[in-house]
Amino acid sequence: MSLGYYVKSFTLWEFVKAHWLTLKYFFKPKATINYPYEKNPISPRFRGEHALRRYPNGEERCIACKLCEAICPAQAITIEAQPRDDGSRRTTRYDIDMTKCIYCGFCQEACPVDAIVEGPNFEFATETREELIYDKAKLLENGDKWERAIAANLAADAPYR
Amino acid sequence: MTAFFQNLGLPFEGAWLLSTIVGILLIALPVMLAVAMIIYADRKIWAAMALRRGPNVVGPFGLLQSFADGLKVFLQETIIPSAANRTLFLIAPIITFTVALMAWAVVPFQVGVVLANINVGLLYILAISSLGVYGVVLAGWASNSKYPFYSAIRASAQMISYEVSIGFILVCVVLWAGSFNLTTIVESQKGYYGFLNGNGFNPLLFPMAIMFLISAMAETARPPFDLTEAESELVAGYQTEYSSMAFALYWLGEYANVILMCALNAILFWGGYLPPIDWAPLYYVPGILWLFAKILFFFFVFSWVKATVPRYRYDQLMRLGWKIFLPTSLLFVFLVSGFLMFTRYGGAQ
Repeated sequence: MSLGYYVKSFTLWEFVKAHWLTLKYFFKPKATINYPYEKNPISPRFRGEHALRRYPNGEERCIACKLCEAICPAQAITIEAQPRDDGSRRTTRYDIDMTKCIYCGFCQEACPVDAIVEGPNFEFATETREELIYDKAKLLENGDKWERAIAANLAADAPYR
Repeated sequence: MTAFFQNLGLPFEGAWLLSTIVGILLIALPVMLAVAMIIYADRKIWAAMALRRGPNVVGPFGLLQSFADGLKVFLQETIIPSAANRTLFLIAPIITFTVALMAWAVVPFQVGVVLANINVGLLYILAISSLGVYGVVLAGWASNSKYPFYSAIRASAQMISYEVSIGFILVCVVLWAGSFNLTTIVESQKGYYGFLNGNGFNPLLFPMAIMFLISAMAETARPPFDLTEAESELVAGYQTEYSSMAFALYWLGEYANVILMCALNAILFWGGYLPPIDWAPLYYVPGILWLFAKILFFFFVFSWVKATVPRYRYDQLMRLGWKIFLPTSLLFVFLVSGFLMFTRYGGAQ
């Protein structure tokens, strides 16, 4: 090993250079967004919180075909169905265990009537586990709440499907 | 302060006790507050160097982040593993935290402003910081879990190795100052070349200052020497089994130690409470502010290093400690004592 090596290592030359670099980075503008106040743009295909949609006349879309339940790889969806008084087939129970869900979007792909969709909302953290087991009422409420955004996203994505 | 309480009509013993307790509180509480703020500063500096923002939501600029974390930890459940040695498991974090605060007793904040102005102040600090390893070792052993145990073994080896070279570095300072008393050591640093205050400006002691800084990082197990809690190998090191307040005590103790080491850096090598330049107007600034500024600077350096240097491998750590620091510090003990013998003490008899 040469003399230069010893001079370099005892003067901590590499460290001085490295620290100069990090000091320069210290004063650079931040690369991260200021999350709770700023958010990244989201693709129309974003797979966030689930929602059950309705037709414009208020009738729920879901026809209880159970394709979503069948395809769900995490088996997070539980459906029970019965004919309604007017003879149409409807769900009596539609539960999604959001702690099991892997947000793959297969349920949305499988749905023949665009009833179950994954909306653009990703901020649905809760304090308890129980709150993350969604029932039909919660999913329909989500659908009502996010319908405009969901409809716009579906329309934007429709040409590519 | 004893005199003040005596004037209130207390006997000497009572006044002395009361003034000591007030003195302890006057040091311990600001230190704990400083720990909270310095954890925040650490995260902020680290984040800035990684082009991140760091905590910025709780309070203005996220200043209250540490207090929010503290509150969260307070409210958590204390989990004691069933296989753990209950007594030692609970005593260990208390040792770490207490020892980290105890060392502040001899730190001089101003001429005469020191809780215990003892003549062996530096030895006291060495002894106390050696005790700190018991907190870690006991935690590792009492947890009865393999990762904490590995971590405890590493921690003891690491702290002992670096204490050896820290000892020799301190010998250099003590030789130069001619005293173990920290106030005397600070006062002896006045007037290098007529205008600089600080042993660090002495070419013989400057390398020791750098080595002390590096050893201090190893001693407090800060990155890049944080092998005791290397998360890729040891989960969280000796803290793995700890939760809630016990965990918080480790956190506080660790950072109190870091501030202490920064203070020692300032006191031993950069003039403690003296202004860096020996110029009369600068002495109007209270000494504690100079000390505080120097502590902050060294803490910035600690964070800076943490943000820059990747973690050392265990063998590299040991090699640095035993094969480089130990011989180099020994060489400098030899050089410093030789220099002093031929200059200050009038040559070989």
